[in-house]
Amino acid sequence: MSIVLTTGDWLALFTHYLVLSLLTVGGAISAAPDMHRFLVDEHAWLSDPQFSASIAIAQSSPGPNVLFVALMGWNVGQNAGGLGPAFLGMSLTLGGIMLPSAVLTYFATRWGHENRERRTVRAFKQGMSPIVIGLLLATGWILATGNRYSFDRWPLWLLTAVATLLVWRTRVHLLWLLAAGALLGWFGLV
Amino acid sequence: MSSLSAAIEAAPGDRARPQSVSDLFVSFTFLALQGFGGVLAVVQRELVEKKRWMTREEFVEDWAVAQILPGPNVVNLAIMFGERNFGWRGAAAGVLGLMLVPLLLVICLALVYTHYAANPHVAGALRGMGAIAAGLVTATGIKLATALRRHPLGVPMVVALAFASFASVGLAKLPLVYVLAVLGTLGCVLSYRKLAQRDA
Repeated sequence: MSIVLTTGDWLALFTHYLVLSLLTVGGAISAAPDMHRFLVDEHAWLSDPQFSASIAIAQSSPGPNVLFVALMGWNVGQNAGGLGPAFLGMSLTLGGIMLPSAVLTYFATRWGHENRERRTVRAFKQGMSPIVIGLLLATGWILATGNRYSFDRWPLWLLTAVATLLVWRTRVHLLWLLAAGALLGWFGLV
Repeated sequence: MSSLSAAIEAAPGDRARPQSVSDLFVSFTFLALQGFGGVLAVVQRELVEKKRWMTREEFVEDWAVAQILPGPNVVNLAIMFGERNFGWRGAAAGVLGLMLVPLLLVICLALVYTHYAANPHVAGALRGMGAIAAGLVTATGIKLATALRRHPLGVPMVVALAFASFASVGLAKLPLVYVLAVLGTLGCVLSYRKLAQRDA
């Protein structure tokens, strides 16, 4: 697809991600539905398949999940005319989503460290820790099961269970496990 | 004053530290490159188990804060860890280490992806790696759970809170914001009261 973006449009893209940054509690992926609304539904800067591919490619690439935001900006730029705009779009979306939260985290960390003996700070950190561990287990569960619980996926579940046991109980290198998973999938065994 | 705080900092004896800002940058680059489907499992293994830059308890507490603050969790953790060691230069080194090389890689992937998206082998390999990634995250959760044994609230209450958060997000798929607001407040208030009793 081909689109035209004015300076005002680029600015709107940047500001939208600046605002979203402060709403991404629990990770950038939690703001993905709103990005879809803004980029695909409201402005039609990105097609629906492009939106989904941005997330899928970022998931299959090493690094933080937030890179999917960079790919969205990249694809908007590609639609607007090639590599130059793609780099601009990527800088705007990634910069927008990172800057406000990074500045907030930086100062919150300094404050928290200076006040680490305060009972409120200790209670906050300790009170949150069981909940955060529950969330980790929930993330693993959602990654393993997706949105459907159908029994024909048992080879994948078995693979997840084996990987869980190996990471928990042994010191085998994570990259070997990922390579094994990729090979099993490549040959259609899972 | 500075020597006193340095002595307090150094008190938990077996903990190592990053040698320099560039050590921090290189370490975070390597751990980002090992992290498929999220970096958390790798961060835990590298920073806590291998390099011993953080204890398991410190990691859980910092992770909780990184999760509550807006922004990507692992990036927040890098800012917190980098700031504590080398101030703003450390925070910048941590974030750049996490992002720079993976960003270049993901752009290359995006450029070639369109040619191979329909290939069933490629789709299968991605599916297999996804199943492994799910196992990595689950095992990290199980390992970190052992840090809760010495929690002031006691094991039964901590298990109940962890299970409630697992069930409401993983099974009932409730929005994270509400889960954090309700369970988080409960956990913090209970911990505050326990700490108050203990300090008194």
